[in-house]
Amino acid sequence: MAPKIDRREFLKLAGIGGVVFASGIGCSVARNGVSAATSDNEDFYFVQLSDTHWGFVGPEANPDPTGTLPKAVAAVNSLSVQPDFIVFTGDLTHTTEDPRDRRRRLGEFKEIVSKLKVQSIRFMPGEHDGSLDKSKAFQEFFGPTYYTFDYRNVHFIVLDNVSDPRARLGEAQLQWLNADVSKQNPNSKVVVFTHRPLFDLYPQWDWATTDGSQAIDILLKHPNVTVFYGHIHQEHHRMTGHIAHHAAKSLMFPLPAPGSQPKRTPVPWNAATPYKNLGFREVEADVNHVKYDITEYPVVRS
Amino acid sequence: MKRMVTPLVAWTAASALILFLSLTQIRSGNAQAPERVIKITAHKFAYEPDRIDLKVGEPVVLELTSKDVTHGFKIPDLGLRADLEPGETARVRLVPEKVGTFEFYCDNFCGIDHENMSATIVVHESDAQIEN
Repeated sequence: MAPKIDRREFLKLAGIGGVVFASGIGCSVARNGVSAATSDNEDFYFVQLSDTHWGFVGPEANPDPTGTLPKAVAAVNSLSVQPDFIVFTGDLTHTTEDPRDRRRRLGEFKEIVSKLKVQSIRFMPGEHDGSLDKSKAFQEFFGPTYYTFDYRNVHFIVLDNVSDPRARLGEAQLQWLNADVSKQNPNSKVVVFTHRPLFDLYPQWDWATTDGSQAIDILLKHPNVTVFYGHIHQEHHRMTGHIAHHAAKSLMFPLPAPGSQPKRTPVPWNAATPYKNLGFREVEADVNHVKYDITEYPVVRS
Repeated sequence: MKRMVTPLVAWTAASALILFLSLTQIRSGNAQAPERVIKITAHKFAYEPDRIDLKVGEPVVLELTSKDVTHGFKIPDLGLRADLEPGETARVRLVPEKVGTFEFYCDNFCGIDHENMSATIVVHESDAQIEN
C-alpha cells in the first residue's frame, strides 16, 4: 500500500524544505481525490471565491477592476497544494440592465476562470447575475442555480436566494431542500453554499434572505451543517443554533461592517494598501471531526 | 368554597366589561380620527418624497406606486413591507408608536443602483416639531 500523506503533513514538509514545493509531490497530493491511497474519510480542502463583480466600474473603490480577478486566479494557481475543488459564491458579474452586456460579462468571467488549474468549479448566481432576468443568462453559462453534490463524506447543497428579486428561496426550493436534508444520514456532514446570508444579518442593507429562517429551520434538523456565503464583501462569522455561517471577502470592493455607517457604500481604495480587504479563502475539511479550518488569502502578497 | 367563587366571578365579569368598554373607546377613537394619506412614488432608484414626517400616534395610510419596474417597500424596524407593482397602488396603514428615524428601502432588486434606493420616515413627538 502506498504511504499516505495528508495535506497538513505535506504543507509542513513544504515549509521545511522549499524544494518540495517545486516538485511534483504537490500535484499528487492535490489530486488525492483520485488517488488509490485515499478514502472517503480523508481531509480535503476547497477554495471559496466570491463577489468578483466582473464589469464593475468605480475607481474610488477599485482602480484595477479588470486586473483583480486575474490576479486572484494567479494567486489560487500559485497555492502550493491545489484545492480539491473551487466554489464561487455569486455576484460573478456586476449587474447590467442590458441582456447582451450581461452575457458578455458572464462570458468574459468564464474565460478568465478557465485559467484556474483546478477545473472542478461550482458556481451559483448572486443578485447582480440573476435578479433582473431570474438567472436566465446565468443558466445559459453555468447551468442550474440550485443543486447538490457529494465529495468524500460531505454532502454539499447549493441554494439560490437571488433569482427571485425579492430575495426569496421560494416554496419549491424549500420543499426540495427539506426533502434532501431529510434523507441525509444523521452522521453525515452537510455544507451549504449560498450567496446571501440565510439569517437576518442586516436587513436594512438587504443582507438577509426573506424566507431564510425557513431554510435554517430545515437545516437545523441535521446535526452537522455549515454555511459558506458571500454578498456582504467581508469576512463574517455567525452561529444560528448549531449552524455556523461564514461570509467571504469580495474580489472587487470591500463593504463596511453591518450598520457601521448610514449607507452601504464601498470602502474607498487606499493606494497605500492596495487590494486591502479583498481576497479569497481556503477551507480545509477535517472530515472525521466535522471541522472546517478557514485560512484567508489576499489577492496579492504584500 | 362556592361563596368565594361567586365574588370572583362577579369581579372577573366586571373587569372584563371595563376592559371591553376601554377597547371599544380606543377603537372608536381610532376609527373617528382622520387618516392622512401620503402618496409615495417609487422609480429607479429613489422614492419621492424621500422623507416623510409623521407624529406619534397619528394614523396614516401610505399609498405607494411605481413608475417603472417592480420595487419593494420595507421598513424592518416596523415590520412592514409591500411589493410595488407598476400600475397598482399598495396601501400600508401605519400608526407610529415611537419617536425616531426609520429607513425604508427597496427590497426587490431593481437594477444598477438598487442598493442605494432608500428613504426615511421621521416620527416626531408633536406637530410643532414637524413644522419646525
